[in-house]
Amino acid sequence: MAAEANPGRLARAFDSDIGWSFRRTPAAWISALVLALIVAASFAAPLIAPQNPYDLRQVFIDKAELPPLWSAGGEAPFVLGTDPQGRDVLSTILYGTRVSLVIGLASVLLSMAIGVTIGLIAGYRGGWIDNLLMRLADTVLSIPTLLMAILVSAIFREMLPPAFREPFAAAVIVLSISLTNWVQYARTVRALTMVERKKEYVLAARIIKVSPLRIMRRHILPNTMTPVLVAATLNLGLAILSEATLSFLGVGMPITQPSLGTLIRIGNQYLFSGSWWLVVFPAAQLGLIVLSVNLLGDWLRDALNPKLH
Amino acid sequence: MAEANPILIVENASCRFDVSGPWLQRIATGAPRRELKAVNQVSFSVPRGATFSIVGESGCGKTTLARMIVGLQPPTAGSVRFGEIRRADGTVGPPRVQMIFQDPYASLNPRWRVGDIVAEPIRELKLRATEAETAARVAELLVTVGLSAADADRYPHAFSGGQRQRISIARALATEADVLVCDEPTSALDVSVQAQILNLMVRLQKKLDLTYILISHNLSVVRHMSDQLAIMYLGRIVEIGDADTIFNGPLHPYTRLLLDTIPDVESPNRARAPLSGEVPSPINPPPGCAFHPRCPMAEAACSRTVPELMPRPRRSVACLVLENSEGAADAQISRSTPSA
Repeated sequence: MAAEANPGRLARAFDSDIGWSFRRTPAAWISALVLALIVAASFAAPLIAPQNPYDLRQVFIDKAELPPLWSAGGEAPFVLGTDPQGRDVLSTILYGTRVSLVIGLASVLLSMAIGVTIGLIAGYRGGWIDNLLMRLADTVLSIPTLLMAILVSAIFREMLPPAFREPFAAAVIVLSISLTNWVQYARTVRALTMVERKKEYVLAARIIKVSPLRIMRRHILPNTMTPVLVAATLNLGLAILSEATLSFLGVGMPITQPSLGTLIRIGNQYLFSGSWWLVVFPAAQLGLIVLSVNLLGDWLRDALNPKLH
Repeated sequence: MAEANPILIVENASCRFDVSGPWLQRIATGAPRRELKAVNQVSFSVPRGATFSIVGESGCGKTTLARMIVGLQPPTAGSVRFGEIRRADGTVGPPRVQMIFQDPYASLNPRWRVGDIVAEPIRELKLRATEAETAARVAELLVTVGLSAADADRYPHAFSGGQRQRISIARALATEADVLVCDEPTSALDVSVQAQILNLMVRLQKKLDLTYILISHNLSVVRHMSDQLAIMYLGRIVEIGDADTIFNGPLHPYTRLLLDTIPDVESPNRARAPLSGEVPSPINPPPGCAFHPRCPMAEAACSRTVPELMPRPRRSVACLVLENSEGAADAQISRSTPSA
């Protein structure tokens, strides 16, 4: 985001309180660095991965189930070993990370969009609209997240004709995660909106008959974004985990475009036959991503909280 | 106070709020509907270019009245109307009304630059055709209120309370306002800054022919600014009229006690009768004259009959005791000797 701004702005961001706190918190910049490396590597996967594991011309069945390079029987290009189909584990992790990250990010953005909109309307209008929307939120919250996600993804899967199931698998997962995760944003934004709408700058806009939609978008929304961004960062980790869980349970990404969760599910079947590398490395990658995201979110929450300075 | 051509006419305006509990609870407990009469049958008119002050304790309905005048709160009965005026540019029409708020820290959007805050009314009301003209007008307004044109690029947090109030005034003027409703415009400011803001308001009034509706509990400010004065108690006007006349010889017992609270440098240790008791709840006001439980002059009739505003020279007063005692208009009791 900052890269397209002018250099003066970048320097100012670096010099600001947040920038200072970022440099002074090792957990923040280390996790940001790790995350940046993971993101860069996964999106550059076609360029840097030893093979494209989904191109059958590059996969050799005689190289199946090789252990990692450093154990007995490991072979040269396959640093983290291969799976029973002869696919390089490092490559599948790089490609799988990309799927996981995209789904995680997309579901955070979608749930944020749904939640912020509902929260703004409920908080600004109040009355029966507020009541209706918030009871809907309570209902969603009373159903276990995972159960809800499985239900939603099962319903969408049944609604789609079989030919569309695989290409739209990612969209279905994003939707099923978002439909359960928007509540937190809605509640946060609603509470803040109820405070902001009584403030005098909103009254000043109402006196000159600025339309409610404009007031919500231009006045109230910017003043509710700080906690929403913190929640979104922390939820990114949760969304990636939710996707992994769904995929692990077999209602997520199909084997043809596996995410980290799918890889863990497949690897899990070979765990007791001794091929530990099939499950350990994708799981470690997943753990690393979620840990980095959470550490970054924790730092952001503290850095943006003026009461902690 | 019948003015030939008033800019603002408030007629029997009332504002009631339904404060009863949720209907389910009402049915379950048999609790009656409860109503809060924030403003009760208030009438007055304001001539153009005047400063009309509304004074009263907290909770007397001043702010609700202000919100009714700017249109944020429709009156539940009666009306708030505006007279046609001829502006400096020759156009004739109802005046534009804007508000200046009490809290300079909540009245400016912290995420907007000052230039955008002041430009918002210009853009919303399409008062200027181009962005360049808008920017020029913003710069002009900032200079008018005593800031510099360069301040347009800064955010509100860079300004002090007094400067923020100046920005607030600039935003109100940006609408080409003719009537400014000022709700405690200086009560959140330091005393030294209060004077600057008040002087700015007086200067702008003369320059732009503004009409002020000033709401305050600071009687020194009111005395400094007002042409006309209305004293409110529990949603009703108890005394209204020429500000100097009322300040020099308050008639209503509430006004007398209220004015008695102004500190006097001349006689710092004068005997004062402090106003005892609290404002009764407007949900369940006392019968008759709402002030009678606290009134030193109250008679038996005061708890039965609601007093009407009775015209007297240069003012009107709503008090049964004064009505009954003949020639009460002469009984101008000096402020330094409060009646028993």
